[in-house]
Amino acid sequence: MENLMEHEIQEKEQIRPGNPIAEAIRESVFSLQNLSSYYGTKKVLNEINLDIYGHSVTSLMGPSGCGKSTLIRCLNRMNDLIPSFSAQGKIIFKNTDIYSPNVDVTELRREVGMVFQKPNPFPKSIFENIAYGLKIKGISDRRLLEEAVEDSLKRSFLWEEVKDRLNDSAYSLSGGQQQRLCIARALAVKPEVILFDEPCSALDPISTAKIEELMFKLKEKYTLIIVTHNMQQAARISDTTAFLMMGELIEFGITKDIFTHPKHKTTEEYITGRFG
Amino acid sequence: MSRASASIKAYDKLFQAAGWFTTMVGLFVLLVLFIDIFMDGYKRLSLDFLTSYPSRKPEQAGIFSAWVGTVWIMITTAMIAIPLGICSGIHLEEYARKNKLTDFIEINIANLAGVPSVIYGILGLGLFVRFMDLKRSVLAGALTLTLLILPVIIITTREALKAVPFSIREAAYALGATRWQTVRFQVLPAALGNIMTGIILALSRAIGETAPLITLGALTYIPFLPKNPISVSDQAPYVHVSAQGFLDPFTVLPIQIFNWVSRPQKGFLIDAAAGIMVLLLITLCMNGIAIYLRHKFQRRW
Repeated sequence: MENLMEHEIQEKEQIRPGNPIAEAIRESVFSLQNLSSYYGTKKVLNEINLDIYGHSVTSLMGPSGCGKSTLIRCLNRMNDLIPSFSAQGKIIFKNTDIYSPNVDVTELRREVGMVFQKPNPFPKSIFENIAYGLKIKGISDRRLLEEAVEDSLKRSFLWEEVKDRLNDSAYSLSGGQQQRLCIARALAVKPEVILFDEPCSALDPISTAKIEELMFKLKEKYTLIIVTHNMQQAARISDTTAFLMMGELIEFGITKDIFTHPKHKTTEEYITGRFG
Repeated sequence: MSRASASIKAYDKLFQAAGWFTTMVGLFVLLVLFIDIFMDGYKRLSLDFLTSYPSRKPEQAGIFSAWVGTVWIMITTAMIAIPLGICSGIHLEEYARKNKLTDFIEINIANLAGVPSVIYGILGLGLFVRFMDLKRSVLAGALTLTLLILPVIIITTREALKAVPFSIREAAYALGATRWQTVRFQVLPAALGNIMTGIILALSRAIGETAPLITLGALTYIPFLPKNPISVSDQAPYVHVSAQGFLDPFTVLPIQIFNWVSRPQKGFLIDAAAGIMVLLLITLCMNGIAIYLRHKFQRRW
């Protein structure tokens, strides 16, 4: 198991020569300070302190129920949709605590996009799926919309596959294509950060590889945060990794270090497959 | 084959036969009714029947004022009930916080859907005809039928909205959509097929309602039509718009049929059968539209 990991890490190094990690870690985009969260009275995150860096991929890893999905959904306040949810502590994004009362949540979500576990295109055409994010911003100029749709589809490497059938239903696409459409939809709003909540867990290996390749390209321009329970995936694509368990942040650091020299015994046990 | 599995197979056969039999009982009774009405009514069914006012002589009586009244009542009811019902449904499903009050409202709406229609007639008589002084008008009738079908429309709207998966809402919110933008451009269009189906079925129930309108005091002998909302004349401004029709008295098909059935002459029974055929045809058409819409808007998620 450990050998496999190392092999994969080496492979990644080959894809990207130089020292990508030092290059990537420039500034923190999100700064989580003593973040705790609750569903009703049940505590699901306990005093998380974490800095997420720009233009890199950060993976949140851990066994089911460890709070990794809750954590990522704090970053664009998607948890607000759950009535019993509450949060304490701070999440600093662009010098503002996103949980402070004067924050415009819709504005935040435009800057922090999200891709979900199951591809969830709207029951509309491919074009409309991407144009929706711009329309709700008040953009209705047909030419601007067409440009944005083309640009977003090119960025998500879907353009060549769908350019002749933009008016077809999004449901006519395969699962992997739908997920890339969802990524294109998120890109169209021009976010700074994109959150991925287990984006490949409903996809086959080939589609997964395409999404991973896409994420690799996207991190040049965006900050990516991904929840995954697939350790190999975390090792393949991320620059930094946070390991969570039972609502606690056990370990956070450069992915390579986490997988080769974990500081905590629990982390080691998890990545070597002794539990989880 | 063991004896146990043989007896299980026998039960299976037995149940299949029982199911077939019970289905056929219902269909057979319906078929007999249809044939009976058709045999009576087809002689009287003609263009003349559709364009004649009621008369003392059965062979001259027609359903002109009745079917026009039905159209008036249905359109007016739809104009009031659809916006009210959809908006209430959206509010309860998408906006209202889940608390004791909304629970209370929810239970009451479900109960109202089961209240006998005569009760609504009495309410309409007291509230619209007498208190609001609308007399026995199209508007009073339509408002009464609105009360009758509003709970059904609210419930179907809510069910249709509930059937739209949460992931669609999540996708919209994650793009920075407001609640209204999410509902207006994603959830509502996705639910519209089911909502329209429910509304048409509610209306096709209302079209056959007799009791509340009779309670209201709708007349049975109407030798004129409600005033046309738009009329053309040779005097300026040539096109006249009038709301007078809403305040005119009316009758509807089921009342006319009820009235004819209760007459002693044989001729009126034939008229009634022909009227029933027209009413059935309208109801069938509406149900057909509902089925068509359901298929057209059917979505897979």
